[in-house]
Amino acid sequence: MERLLSFESDHLKATELRLGLPGSDKPSVRANNNKRASSEISQESKSNSCAFNAGDDDERDSAPPAKAQVVGWPPIRSYRKNTLQVQAKTSESELCRGMYVKVSMDGAPYLRKIDLKVYTCYPELLNALENMFQEGYNGSDYAPTYEDKDGDWMLVGDVPWDMFITTCKRLRIMRGSEAKGLACV
Amino acid sequence: MESESKRKKESPNTAELAVTASFPDEVLEIVLSLLTSHRDRSSVSLVCKDWYRAERWSRTQVFIGNCYSVSPEILTRRFPNIRSVTLKGKPRFSDFNLVPPNWGADIHAWLVAFAAKYPFLEELRLKRMAVSDESLEFLASNFPNFKLLSLLSCDGFSTDGLAAIATHCKNLTELDIQENGIEDSSGSWLSCFPESFTSLEVLNFANLTSEVNTDALERLVSRCKSLKVLKVNKSISLEQLQRLLVRAPQLEELGTGSFLQDLTARPYADLESAFNNCKNIHTLSGLWEAVPLYLPALYNSCANLTFLNLSYTALQSGEFAKLVVHCPRLRRLWVLDTVEDKGLEAVGSNCPLLEELRVFPADPFDEEIIHGVTEEGFVAVSFGCRRLHYVLYFCRQMTNAAVATIVQNCPNFTHFRLCIMTPGLPDYLTNEPMDEAFGAVVKTCSKLQRLSVSGLLTDLTFEYIGKYAKNLETLSVAFAGRSDRGMQCVLEGCPKLRKLEIRDCPFGNEALLSGLEKYESMRSLWMSACNVTMNACRRLAKQMPRLNVEVMKEDGSDDSQADKVYIYRTVAGPRRDAPPSVLTL
Repeated sequence: MERLLSFESDHLKATELRLGLPGSDKPSVRANNNKRASSEISQESKSNSCAFNAGDDDERDSAPPAKAQVVGWPPIRSYRKNTLQVQAKTSESELCRGMYVKVSMDGAPYLRKIDLKVYTCYPELLNALENMFQEGYNGSDYAPTYEDKDGDWMLVGDVPWDMFITTCKRLRIMRGSEAKGLACV
Repeated sequence: MESESKRKKESPNTAELAVTASFPDEVLEIVLSLLTSHRDRSSVSLVCKDWYRAERWSRTQVFIGNCYSVSPEILTRRFPNIRSVTLKGKPRFSDFNLVPPNWGADIHAWLVAFAAKYPFLEELRLKRMAVSDESLEFLASNFPNFKLLSLLSCDGFSTDGLAAIATHCKNLTELDIQENGIEDSSGSWLSCFPESFTSLEVLNFANLTSEVNTDALERLVSRCKSLKVLKVNKSISLEQLQRLLVRAPQLEELGTGSFLQDLTARPYADLESAFNNCKNIHTLSGLWEAVPLYLPALYNSCANLTFLNLSYTALQSGEFAKLVVHCPRLRRLWVLDTVEDKGLEAVGSNCPLLEELRVFPADPFDEEIIHGVTEEGFVAVSFGCRRLHYVLYFCRQMTNAAVATIVQNCPNFTHFRLCIMTPGLPDYLTNEPMDEAFGAVVKTCSKLQRLSVSGLLTDLTFEYIGKYAKNLETLSVAFAGRSDRGMQCVLEGCPKLRKLEIRDCPFGNEALLSGLEKYESMRSLWMSACNVTMNACRRLAKQMPRLNVEVMKEDGSDDSQADKVYIYRTVAGPRRDAPPSVLTL
């Protein structure tokens, strides 16, 4: 029968050349990854003995199949599969790449970029901005603002930090006169 | 309309008359019209000719589990007064792309028959049917009393079809679009409900992605005073949701849109008060992209929740645990495995009334991921939720001992669907097959109706099933078993078996043919990637004329092998609309 998976044979494994003490071969059972660390050693030896005993008539059943993707497995409706994949990609890409946003300061000749994920609260961020734009950044004359997902310019500090970092697209350190207008809102 | 219910009376002979005279047909019809269960009605119709007649005239709802088991002509001939039809089409494995496209199950021929015979049709519920825009337009134009349309896991239509429904169905009370393969070109369909239209009670368009006109939606919600169920799609923001809630405080079921927005403090308070005002909400779903920050707005509403569907919300265990503390009356819970075992422990601690739990995998195809739920979460729920009887559980590891504990705590399982996501995975602690786990399930849970098995399984599992699962109706098997004996045990042992679906198992012709007589008492059998040959299928087809034996061939496969076999009982004979890839033997 043509299966879409390839199965590892324990006999193949037994003749495989590898470095390491005899009897210490790491089982390919993926579930080992999920085992609690303390019981790993005893489980390894257990699975070693079982691997050769179980399934003597059908060696395919003694080790789980390799990691090829099987059509229609796990059994999840296409709709759900597609929806979750889109969601996972967006959140993963945000998590892995860091949250770099552009920072501009009125009057500065060039922009900078910072990774919002490095900071855990507003004071840390504001400190970093001050350090970055040392010349000319005097707290009272400037106000830090940001552009959110809807495209609106908001004053930094109104919303909780976690919400801020997920919605901030770019930062702009606004000059005194304009900034005052914003602070009054 | 009334004239339809008069019927020709055969003159009974005197002996029959003496027996039945005390019970006039009109009375019998009235009594029978109180029967709603399809099975009861089927039983009633088998009692005698009079009862058969009375039953057919009084039946207004019909449920057809396999659209090819009967034809529109046969149906309309037997039941003249149908107002509500439920039709299921493709085999369940079509949800997982195992059925070729254009396989069939097209609704159109049915609609044409209904237009002629049931012009006063009110309700249509379809599952896994092929539905075109043309069919939806036909439906909208030919049934003036049409009230309820529910589409689940259907495909072939677009939002244009929905526009036709919205435009023409003046008496619509329910539009329920769930998890379909729909071509979503625009949200303008929602604006097609006329301003004079006020009868809507159920609106579910959570499945769709296009933006709808929020003003039109607000006006619709405002004027439909009987609206009880509203499930919006992702395009609806938190602020828009708040405005909708204010206009529909009578809502009982709510599907939120994207639960994510920049809210300053004041609109957040408005959202919270809008939720608090909806005192009748017992079902909550949606919460796409819910940021934990806004969940507290729901806390007060959660006190009365009986069904919480978080299966599209990637909540972590901490956030989820905080939410679940507020849901003491929960009876049904659907979650993603991002809540992990800790989240499920919180469920066990806080939801003693829980009856149904479904845990879906957030990352089903990424095998390097080391999270999700394990046997521990399931065990924790079983200790806290003794009324649990329905479970669907996707996990990456399981043990026989855990399952034994689970069913000991919860012996009333009616539906036990366990999916260990790696095919053929043994008990990770003992490295033994999972036979004893499912053995424990069938031995302990005498009311078991539906079972899905997974993990490394020998024929012993099927011996147990055949020996103990006397109420089993549906069995799903994948990557399991050792020999024909396994399948034979099930076919010989389970008297109530109706649906058997098998994929990638070493069951062959002997097993297939051992069920010859059994298949007529079942709705259907599916076997794919097993060891069945074309010749065996032909033999089966020849010996059992009242079964349709259909084989789906894959390109490039061996001609003598039957790659995918779908066998079902029918009174309609072989179907004539099969595509070239489906052979009817």
